[in-house]
Amino acid sequence: MDLSYNETQGMLRETLARFLADTYDFESRKKMLASPTGRDPGIWKAIATELGLTCAPFAEEHGGMGGGAIENMIMMEEFGKVIAIEPWLQTVVIGGGALKHAGGALAEATIPAIISGDAIIAFAYAEPQGRYNLADIGTTAKADGAGYILNGHKGVVYAAPWATHLLVTARTGGGRRDRAGVELFLIEANRPGVTRRDYPTVDGFMASEVYFENVAIPGEALLTGGIDLIERVVDEATVAVCAEASGIARTMVNQTVEYTKQRKQFGQPIGKFQVLQHRMSDMFVEAEQVSSMALMGTLKLDEAADARKAAVSMAKAKVGKSLKFVGQNAIQTHGGIGITMELAIGHYFKRGTMIEGQFGSIDHHLDRFEALSYPA
Amino acid sequence: MDIDFSPEDLAFRDEVRTFIAENYPAELRGKQDEGDELSKEDFLSWHRILHKKGWVAPAWPVEYGGTGWTATQRFIFSEETARADCIRLMPFGLSMVGPVIYTFGTPEQKAKFLPRILSGEDWWCQGYSEPGAGSDLASLRTKAERDGDHYVVNGQKTWTTMAQHADWGFFLVRTNPDVKQQEGISFLLIDMKTPGIEVRPIITLGGEHEVNEVFLDNVRVPIENRVYEEDKGWTCAKFLLAHERTGIAGVAGSKRGIEKIKEIATTEMDGDKPLLSNPFFRRKVAELEMDLTALEYTELRTLAGEAAGKGPGPESSVLKIKGSEIQQRITELALEAAGHYGAPYFRGFGEGDNEHPIGPDWAHRTAPSYFNVRKTTIYGGSNEVQRGIIAKMVLGL
Repeated sequence: MDLSYNETQGMLRETLARFLADTYDFESRKKMLASPTGRDPGIWKAIATELGLTCAPFAEEHGGMGGGAIENMIMMEEFGKVIAIEPWLQTVVIGGGALKHAGGALAEATIPAIISGDAIIAFAYAEPQGRYNLADIGTTAKADGAGYILNGHKGVVYAAPWATHLLVTARTGGGRRDRAGVELFLIEANRPGVTRRDYPTVDGFMASEVYFENVAIPGEALLTGGIDLIERVVDEATVAVCAEASGIARTMVNQTVEYTKQRKQFGQPIGKFQVLQHRMSDMFVEAEQVSSMALMGTLKLDEAADARKAAVSMAKAKVGKSLKFVGQNAIQTHGGIGITMELAIGHYFKRGTMIEGQFGSIDHHLDRFEALSYPA
Repeated sequence: MDIDFSPEDLAFRDEVRTFIAENYPAELRGKQDEGDELSKEDFLSWHRILHKKGWVAPAWPVEYGGTGWTATQRFIFSEETARADCIRLMPFGLSMVGPVIYTFGTPEQKAKFLPRILSGEDWWCQGYSEPGAGSDLASLRTKAERDGDHYVVNGQKTWTTMAQHADWGFFLVRTNPDVKQQEGISFLLIDMKTPGIEVRPIITLGGEHEVNEVFLDNVRVPIENRVYEEDKGWTCAKFLLAHERTGIAGVAGSKRGIEKIKEIATTEMDGDKPLLSNPFFRRKVAELEMDLTALEYTELRTLAGEAAGKGPGPESSVLKIKGSEIQQRITELALEAAGHYGAPYFRGFGEGDNEHPIGPDWAHRTAPSYFNVRKTTIYGGSNEVQRGIIAKMVLGL
């Protein structure tokens, strides 16, 4: 048992933190979001090529550095600190993760493109009726010769407007909620028959409703592993947003503390009031719990499936609760200025709030934890 | 970074397990199962067994009698003792005054006191709180005045845990009333048999006699029993408080507590289903497990920080706040599980009476435990004081 970071991991964190400090100040971020594409593609390219960070969580045989979940955790935490809108989660954690686990020719072809920054992947898994059930899928992939024909509608696909590839869950057989028959496909985003309705999300990203109308895809687009693979990848993504939440919670605590040192009412900085000091102490305590659970979840990703799921659900439920506490109290402590677009704090709160529901709400994860841990 | 135990660690875990299984006193186990109040001898029996094995003070430096274990081994040891439901050793000597003495004491003090703490020969108590000085500890008024080569101590201490058994006590006393509160306090070791000391019991809500009032009337204490410099006792007190707070998370004990609740809620019925199937009860258990896991990893992160050279700092207040709240929630759920049978008040077996307590075996301790552990958010610096420490020392407010 050793919970210390090694030297390389420390360097990765420092490299990304320094770069983001220069590129992701609040004003620059605002400009990115307001631009026509809603992002600055140069930043992603720099992260991949100049800083060489995208190779961190990949195996050496794919041109990576041999890292994994810990490296993703470090990166996500730093992205969280500046509420970056870079597609690391979708491209590296989810897309990269699915390819790593499935292996084969598709992995060999695509992972180098992820590392070089050329491939951006969006994860098209949610459907309007499905809530958090990964097997509640109406999108179909019908066998057609050596390939498949895709039909269906995927909702709120983060980063889809920027993506070169779509990672799509679809049903090759079985009924609507059956686990059997659910498969994962990686396809080019511009395949004929794919249409999108793009929109901004409340937390600063771009997303799309994605429609597939008789989209012909080759048989090689299938990543073998079915629902088990999908669940594993989503668990890895869930833990990654827990790490992002850790960066966000910490920053919200720091910003709130700093604000109460400046803001004067009744003739003194409001941070001198005990009622606010105790609230901020509680926020600090909860932010610590977020970091602890992000770490716990990350360290449990390689456990057997049920143990992994229970641990990840526990982590995400706690992160959701603590993050809500930190976020709501950060806004309350800021007072009126906290509910405007003017200060960064509100934007952290918005991303944090979306993380609470991303890959499953608090209730969803408590349900899953209980189902796996206690007899019916 | 990894969370797995090495083969050496696993072998160590087996060694600890086997040792406990083969050496834990059967009589003590029986008393615990019955929920009997434990005597001084009960506490000391397990202490002596561990001392004989050389395992009584894992956290101490080896030169003073520590085990030289790694942080992981210490973690395993505390997990295993809690898992096997061993009683917690009294902390006053081993975790409190012992570290103060080996950190601040003279060679003579170390030679005289440390071996007797390890062997259990001296039972220690803590003379800190006073009727007018609780969370605001520095306002204490018990005074010590010099008279030749002695201090003469007068005043009153309270909440003195297990003082009824104590051979020695470590006391905070005022040696200088004319300076800033924290700068006029000294740290004295007092023989509890010294004339002028009177110990009176305080009975707490669960019916236990754990705490006492201690009255000091012209108690003469040799000057060589002062630890560290005169008027610098607050330095020892702060050091001790930080030490006290790391252990106070009580993760291993709370894990066992939750396991017990799950066992109870699996056999206890709610209608035609086990209580653990009641969605509301079960959610509370789940959230408790979740919060305890978060605390456990917070403690592990703190330990990793310590291994990297960061001493237990104000962050240990986080462990105190969360740990104490979780301990309370565990007893709250156990009492809830007991239903009707939380109410009967079992006052121990009377003379010649060995009738079984009323209700399920586990139930008659639930209400007393619930009442008893209201203390956890109050002692060791109340949780409000801890929040103040975080605000000041961590957040810089």
